[in-house]
Amino acid sequence: MAGESNTRAGRIGDVILAVEGVSLAFGGVKALNAISFDVREHEVRAIIGPNGAGKSSMLNVINGVYHPQEGTIRYLGREYHDMDPHQVAVSGIARTFQNLALFKGMSVLDNIMSGRNLKMHSNILLQALRIGPALREEIEHREVVEGIIDFLEIQAYRKSQVGQLPYGLQKRVDLARALAMEPRILLLDEPMAGMNLEEKQDMCRFILDANDHFGTTIVLIEHDMSVVMDISDRVVVLDYGRKIGDGTPDEVRANQAVIDAYLGVTH
Amino acid sequence: MKKNWPVLLLGAVLLIGLVLPLVTGAAPGGFYVEVLLGGLMSGVLYSLVAIGFALIFKASGVFNFAQGSMVLFAALAVARMAEAMPLWLAIVLGTVIMIALAWVIERLVLRPLVNQEGVALLMATLGVTYFLDGFGQTLWGSDIYKIDLGIAKEPVMVLDKVFKGGILVNKEDFVAAFVAALLVAGLVLFFQKTATGRALRAVADDHQAAQSIGIPLNRIWMIVWSVAGFVALVAGVIWGSQLGVQFSLSQVALKALPVVILGGFTSIAGAIFGGLIIGVGEKMAEVFLGPVLVKAFDLAGGGLENWFAYVLALLFLLVRPEGLFGERNIDRV
Repeated sequence: MAGESNTRAGRIGDVILAVEGVSLAFGGVKALNAISFDVREHEVRAIIGPNGAGKSSMLNVINGVYHPQEGTIRYLGREYHDMDPHQVAVSGIARTFQNLALFKGMSVLDNIMSGRNLKMHSNILLQALRIGPALREEIEHREVVEGIIDFLEIQAYRKSQVGQLPYGLQKRVDLARALAMEPRILLLDEPMAGMNLEEKQDMCRFILDANDHFGTTIVLIEHDMSVVMDISDRVVVLDYGRKIGDGTPDEVRANQAVIDAYLGVTH
Repeated sequence: MKKNWPVLLLGAVLLIGLVLPLVTGAAPGGFYVEVLLGGLMSGVLYSLVAIGFALIFKASGVFNFAQGSMVLFAALAVARMAEAMPLWLAIVLGTVIMIALAWVIERLVLRPLVNQEGVALLMATLGVTYFLDGFGQTLWGSDIYKIDLGIAKEPVMVLDKVFKGGILVNKEDFVAAFVAALLVAGLVLFFQKTATGRALRAVADDHQAAQSIGIPLNRIWMIVWSVAGFVALVAGVIWGSQLGVQFSLSQVALKALPVVILGGFTSIAGAIFGGLIIGVGEKMAEVFLGPVLVKAFDLAGGGLENWFAYVLALLFLLVRPEGLFGERNIDRV
């Protein structure tokens, strides 16, 4: 265990995403209060906290869904302002959703293929005629997607309609679609929510494998603390929109403020 | 499953209505087939316009009231331009105009109103409707104009060996229906088989998720409005050739509305079947039911063709609000 974490630690690179003093308010409610933390390349970075701590708000700020009133976000050394989710996606940040936002009426394959959308450049007319570069492009992307399907062990469900699959598998398809974008950073919104123990273990394995295999930097939100501690390199702890802890799983576990927050000590 | 009986009942009534003229001998076989064909041929056009409608609704949640006016606008453009140039060139230019129009609507109307209530967007398209109706006349005049496709309009007798008296069809209607059907098939393939089609379906399914994987909503809207514009142009040219290019075209095209109610707002298959059902239904009602009603109640005349579609749509709203192929919305309380 110690040896493994050492080799993993060796892979971790420079800071690629830095959140600096971000505050976000909805009317009078402060969802985030001067939050700062950073994410290093190739690491698995977790954001944890009890319900209502501001985790999802934080993710939505990084993803461009919300724009913070104060503070900045630096990605690859550049500050980004008022980027919408589409621009964020273009810049190489992918995400999955807590309440699954898959294209339910489409097949597993089509869902994952749609993750390649940004990488497809052929002309709409060529696509319509299915000739030349458009067809070649479709085949190339299909190969990448088949690789991801193998990787996540969902070969048997390729043609199934996503809406018909059990929840745990849908979560996996969501992850597959995000990986198909070949993102530099992958934001996972409660990837283990609603899963049974076995599904959780599978998901942990896939997240770590994706991190190892593709080198994808992972930022994940969870409120199940035990799961997070096993797979994360570093953990940020939020409570009522404030950062109350930041460090390795061991450091966070020993942090009194974190223990209080999770045990529900009155403030 | 329990509440399905009204749908079954309505279906049964329609089916009985469909076969009754034949069974009772009210119509000779040849004439019956002629009416049926006529209904199918106008139905394909309804399907075409309805697809434009369904596409926009799927991709942006906008109930595009302006679809009928787009048909009129496109038909006017082609008819007037064709006076000065060959028809094919007028059609190409007309397509360019409709795509430009889609771009302008996306920029000036949809983008500023993104995330607004559906009602606001509906009102906006209502505004576009009146603008297009008026602006089209400002540019191209308000008389009745002709589009000549150069295909024979005279009815031809076919199959006179099979049916007594044969079937009268006119070649132009037949070619038009064929072209419309081809276009419908092409659109379906485009949406099922290409990357852009996949992106469109993705947007239709879930906006937020589509954006997060980098599908640009604005581009997709631009594409669906362009396709709807092109479809309007084809329908406008065909109807314009059959009925003359005049203001009432936008009313004819608005029949797409009952079609999508019948078929389900979000369904391409629904638009196709809805169009055919309404096309056949209203022709049958006009020809066979009309005289019966006139006789029984001593009425002045028929006119069923004008309201049959709307009454049928209303009945469908009562028994199956999501339409034949629509998704049923189950809201949590």
